[in-house]
Amino acid sequence: MARQHPFARALAVLMTGIVLVGCSVRIPSDPDGTLDRVTGGTLRAGASPDGTLVVVAGDTVSGPLADLVEGFAQTRDAEIVWTVASEESLVADLEAGDLDLAIGGVTDASPWSDRVSLTRGYSGIDGAGDRAISVLLPQGENGLQTALEQYLDAEVGP
Amino acid sequence: MKTMGRTDLPPEQQEALKKAIGWEWFTIAYTAVTITVVAFVVGGSQAMKTAWIEDMLSLIPQFSFLIALLFIRRPPTRVFPYGLHRAMGVGHLVAGVALLVVGGNLAIESVVGLVRAEHPAIGTVVLFGTTVWLGWLMVAVMVVIMIGPFVYGRAKSKLAPILHNRVLYADADMAKADWTTTAASVVGVLGVGIGWWWLDGAAALFISLGIVWDGLKNTRSAVRDLIDQRARTSDEKKPHPLAGTIVACVDGHPWVQRSAVRMRDMGQVFHVEVFVVPLKMRVRLDDIERTRQRIAALDWKVQDVVVVPVATLPDEADR
Repeated sequence: MARQHPFARALAVLMTGIVLVGCSVRIPSDPDGTLDRVTGGTLRAGASPDGTLVVVAGDTVSGPLADLVEGFAQTRDAEIVWTVASEESLVADLEAGDLDLAIGGVTDASPWSDRVSLTRGYSGIDGAGDRAISVLLPQGENGLQTALEQYLDAEVGP
Repeated sequence: MKTMGRTDLPPEQQEALKKAIGWEWFTIAYTAVTITVVAFVVGGSQAMKTAWIEDMLSLIPQFSFLIALLFIRRPPTRVFPYGLHRAMGVGHLVAGVALLVVGGNLAIESVVGLVRAEHPAIGTVVLFGTTVWLGWLMVAVMVVIMIGPFVYGRAKSKLAPILHNRVLYADADMAKADWTTTAASVVGVLGVGIGWWWLDGAAALFISLGIVWDGLKNTRSAVRDLIDQRARTSDEKKPHPLAGTIVACVDGHPWVQRSAVRMRDMGQVFHVEVFVVPLKMRVRLDDIERTRQRIAALDWKVQDVVVVPVATLPDEADR
């Protein structure tokens, strides 16, 4: 009989746990359940104006990138509540869990990646020039990130 | 007189050495490929990053083995009268310390990540036109690269005792335990997948503690050899039986009353001092020389042998 490695047993227990949970949830899931909460509810979105990419006029947020977020919210049956602030404030709100995503003139090379999660960069968004634009998300909400990237891949192309 | 000690090997060892060199090169090539592949999928997972760095560290024993081989082949000279066998021990020590330092660093990094509750972000990639969660790719890559170490670890652990090579033994030992690292990173990534963010940090901590443990074992064993502990078997489990064999052989000679040996491991071969209390006050030079040759004929590892007639045996010598 094969020798039982002490690690093998712990591994088997963990694997069983993951399989049991994995059968009942979508992979990847969010540790804080953002995508589930947003779906059929409210999407708290942050915006920081950037040229014609993200345009803020009074209470309304518009522009090609904002339209993409609106489109994503529609696929999840969600109402958008916009918060307009500077990039740094939006990042702090994302960290604090007060926002579900944020947009602005942020590229995939953004230094904010230490504090929040960035989607892959999408080039070819009107008003972005030759920049590869990323959406800011709370760190590690991988279900939300996967859903958003899937949507953006379909809308703007990878 | 011809030089003492030896730097050439008998046919069985030569054959094993040739195979070991082949396996070391194979391991280097294999690991270079896995390092490159993992680089593409490492993403935001601490467990993956740790496993990746462990992969890079696992190259050190192979390189130190191959480099040390260049040195230990050189015959003894007046400048290095014992030969350059200790090069193997130096390589072993370097590998051990590197594992210890980097492993400790990674362990701290994963603990800090856990304490700060950093949630690992793993996004998607586009593969052949479809958007795939990167985590699946990580799992697929890790499952595939899990196979290699089983093959070469097993092969090397068969060769290590034949060559009595500590570095090769340590290398094989680490390769055989490598699947735990890979499996842990898979568990970490799947944990992130189901929303258990902490499982990633926990897996990273597990992997880095494994590296630290390897570092401790190797550093300890290398240091003990370098400060001349008595020679032990290549798995270090017990004192090497050759010491007893030599004493029995020497005791059988008619001019010998009692004998004892001090035997140290030079890396692949031993250096042996045989203390002999003779039966009579006068000792014939022929007797000493014949005894020395008989000992050298016992095993290929014991060629650097001195026989010293003494009045009493030193307490620390093996009887």
